[in-house]
Amino acid sequence: MENKIQLQVSNLKKQFGSETVLDGINLDIHKGEVVVVLGPSGCGKSTLLRCINGLETPTGGTVSVDGIEVTSSNKKITQIRQKIGMVFQSYDLFPHKNIMDNITLAPVKVQKRPRKEVEQDAERLLKRVGLWEKRKAFPRELSGGQKQRVAIVRALCMKPEVMLFDEVTAALDPEMVREVLEVMLELADRGMTMIIVTHEMQFARVVADRIIFLEGGKIQEESSPEEFFTNPKTQRAKDFLQTFTFEKRKTNNI
Amino acid sequence: MFNDIFSSGALIEAWQIIQTQFPLAIWETIYVTILATVFAILIGLPLGVLLVVGEKSGVLPIPAWFLQVLNVIINLLRSVPFLILMILVFPLTRLIVGTVVGTTASIVPLVIAAFPFVARLAESSLREVNPNIIEMAQSTGAAPLQIIIKVMIPESIPSLISNAAIAFTTILGYSAMSGIIGGGGLGKIAINYGYYRYKYLIMVLAVILLILIVQVFQSIGTHLSAKTDKRLKRK
Repeated sequence: MENKIQLQVSNLKKQFGSETVLDGINLDIHKGEVVVVLGPSGCGKSTLLRCINGLETPTGGTVSVDGIEVTSSNKKITQIRQKIGMVFQSYDLFPHKNIMDNITLAPVKVQKRPRKEVEQDAERLLKRVGLWEKRKAFPRELSGGQKQRVAIVRALCMKPEVMLFDEVTAALDPEMVREVLEVMLELADRGMTMIIVTHEMQFARVVADRIIFLEGGKIQEESSPEEFFTNPKTQRAKDFLQTFTFEKRKTNNI
Repeated sequence: MFNDIFSSGALIEAWQIIQTQFPLAIWETIYVTILATVFAILIGLPLGVLLVVGEKSGVLPIPAWFLQVLNVIINLLRSVPFLILMILVFPLTRLIVGTVVGTTASIVPLVIAAFPFVARLAESSLREVNPNIIEMAQSTGAAPLQIIIKVMIPESIPSLISNAAIAFTTILGYSAMSGIIGGGGLGKIAINYGYYRYKYLIMVLAVILLILIVQVFQSIGTHLSAKTDKRLKRK
């Protein structure tokens, strides 16, 4: 792993009214690093991602990509956003555009790249996720897992330097979760810098270089996946991991 | 009052009027309605877009007072009854067309009456666009104008088309009403013959033709709307 800091979050704060969602987050992400953000719902995971690509304006602190601040002038934010690919839980494909148009729209219109070049990229990426045959289909003709893979391709086609994944498998049936996670594993393997918010613990353990445990708007724990899952340092993290294990309760006496 | 509606005299007279007056009247009605609809959309659609994107949480926020003024103007124009509005805009009509009577002259009040309505219809169409999709477009770094032209409008096309058909049928109704004070077309025939000269057969025929025109254009609208809707299953 190179040591270049790709993304820097410093003392990031976000308040909605009187409610503090993010309370001073500090985070350096290096090039090629995969960081998985875990935490109970409402802990600010999604807000963190949304602040990183400027969908939310932070109340305080800064986010910078390649040394350029996301929270600065309007002109720069559009450039920065092109360096950050984001995939959402609800896929958010354009329902009236076919798969190919969904993918090429932003690179052609926003980045002003030649259509031919973009379509070649799209072809290569669609083939990689096994959806080249679906290029003429409309989103409604695809399963949830397929839609999410298209959404990932769409983000990749912008040639981002960082990818953000916001609970991308949360709305999927179990058998479709895998096909999406496989794509993400491959991306990680190819050296993409990624920040992943997920509830798939096994996946997190495999894909992450580093686990961030967020609660109450603060980073409670930051460690390697091995350490986090086998020997969490804080009681909160222990409690959180406990929620994913069940004990047999059936006693057979009705 | 409908006693001698089908008497032989009435039938013969009706036949004559159908041959001499109806073709022009039908043409006038369609021409006025289409032109008025086109102009109303040209003015109303951008305003409708502005009402949605100009909000504080919209893609292209505009000053709140400006949005407020826009809303008041639209509501104001929408609350004036069409016939009175037509009289009120006489000076404007004279300025643009040179006269206040006749088929072409009626386009001006029709547009003034219809564009606020079209703006509201466009507003409701654009509000149907999934906000997540707009957010996704923002996250790619698209500029507000790109989001409006490349995402919001294309994504609401089926709804915009079906609302355009509603606007057309409403404007057609207004255009018939304009026959009372100088407008041309089927409305004028229905009023002149039916109301002023008690030739009810002519009136009924004119109304039937109006119904047919509404049916045809509404069907076209519904068909196009369904055809452009990619969220529906193909039959």
